[in-house]
Amino acid sequence: MAYTARKIPFVGTPDTNPETKPFFQGADAGKLMVRRCTSCKKVHHYPRELCPFCFGSCEWQEASGKAKVYTFSVMERANPPYAIGYVTLEEGPNVLTNFVDCDFKALKIGQDVKVTFVKTEDGGPSMPFFTPA
Amino acid sequence: MSLKGAAYIAGAWEHPTRKAPDKSIALLHAECAKGALEDAGLTKDDIDGYFCAGDAPGGLGPLSMVDYMNLKCRHVDSTDVGGSSYQVAVGHAMEAIAAGRCNIALITLSGRPRSEGQATGTAPRPGNPAAPEMQFEYPYGPATANLYGMCAARHMYEYGTTSEQLAWIKVAASHHAQYNPNAMLRDVVTVEDVVNSPMVSTPLHRLDCCVISDGGGALILTKPEIAKSLKRPLVKVIGVGESPKHQAGGEIDLTYTAARWSGPPAWEMAGIKPSDIKYASIYDSFTITVLMQLEDLGFCEKGQGGKFVADGNLISGVGKLPFNTDGGGLCSNHPANRGGITKIIEAVRQLRGEAHPSVQVPNCDLAIAHGTGGALGTRHCGSTVILERE
Ligand SMILES: [Zn+2]
Repeated sequence: MAYTARKIPFVGTPDTNPETKPFFQGADAGKLMVRRCTSCKKVHHYPRELCPFCFGSCEWQEASGKAKVYTFSVMERANPPYAIGYVTLEEGPNVLTNFVDCDFKALKIGQDVKVTFVKTEDGGPSMPFFTPA
Repeated sequence: MSLKGAAYIAGAWEHPTRKAPDKSIALLHAECAKGALEDAGLTKDDIDGYFCAGDAPGGLGPLSMVDYMNLKCRHVDSTDVGGSSYQVAVGHAMEAIAAGRCNIALITLSGRPRSEGQATGTAPRPGNPAAPEMQFEYPYGPATANLYGMCAARHMYEYGTTSEQLAWIKVAASHHAQYNPNAMLRDVVTVEDVVNSPMVSTPLHRLDCCVISDGGGALILTKPEIAKSLKRPLVKVIGVGESPKHQAGGEIDLTYTAARWSGPPAWEMAGIKPSDIKYASIYDSFTITVLMQLEDLGFCEKGQGGKFVADGNLISGVGKLPFNTDGGGLCSNHPANRGGITKIIEAVRQLRGEAHPSVQVPNCDLAIAHGTGGALGTRHCGSTVILERE
């Protein structure tokens, strides 16, 4: 099926929540920002101030944007259909996303994908999406 | 001290309605409460503990409903973990009864998503913007069907599970639903019917999904001395377990459910093993939900769920593990989009020998009722109840 972009809704606090603001500032600048713990060194998602593995403090880093498809589901009942899925980032964590600019029928678990950014509707922030590498 | 046997299910009642535009949600709760009390042979004034969850109308947990029903309670609990809340409530009620905080506990569930026209499974529903995950999930369109579809896709990828195997779960439910006059879907379907039904969210077809219905149910739990003074068959709670599962900071594994963690404490308390179970009520929001929970509860090896459910193994009188003999959420009802309580009610019917004769399991003395609430694809709770006919 030919790919048709859908409007991306947004609900959240990108400007007023300092804990996550750098993620959205990065996305608007075309960077996928993730948090790495200064104690256990692990990267997590979605971003938190305190590491969800050890409650250590975290620093921001830019992810490579390279990932593999962990799983996906194409919502065929929606108009236009869209493909929600998780990707496994090169840095470790799995991230919920959509796959864009691609033939959903050709999507495969395990395939290489790369990040791209799409502006959300009504003046919302950009968000990371993934497309075949 | 083990809680095993500290409480009995003395009353169980399922609302016959599947569409109730003319009744308030509060009234549905109250009708269920009345039905369960009559079933137990008790009266409203006997209730001193009330348990509900997020489907109870009103802003502050149980307060609106205890006011509406005019209950005089010593103990209330409104733990909300979606459709698994009612198995959790059985465990919490048992603890409260054992601790002497109440003697007669009422649990209610009711809702009317069908009358309210909810696109329950296919429309993403925004929650509280303060939920920490909201802004990282809502833009991607998470809806119930695709959150379970992602689990099915990964399970297929890792274990070779097929759509035809998943379809057998619906086939089994439909064989049972034909005998339930209240069931929404009473036609027996085939594997072909399921895999040829319209795709909702890959790889789940329309017939892999549960129904959207109004309705509800209620349970009465009490301590052994009181249960034994009543006239109903004795259904003893011998095992309970509950556990949430989530995204774990991004370290997800969508091939298993929280049943992997809620099951073991329930089996240990009960002192039995899966092969002892004569009847299983297994939460069935989707076919994949059933398959994964059966594996996680230990009815088969991980990854073997597809083979286990195939060829009618879940059909009463045909297979080794009769499941959801009322037709379950897949065919009968899913009131308030929460199927936990109806799972327990059908298990009670089976243990009492009061299921429909065509699906009644002979000599049914041990049953399990497992619930899942939330979404397998992001975060959910699993809750397990094991019951014994005494
Ligand atoms: Zn850490």
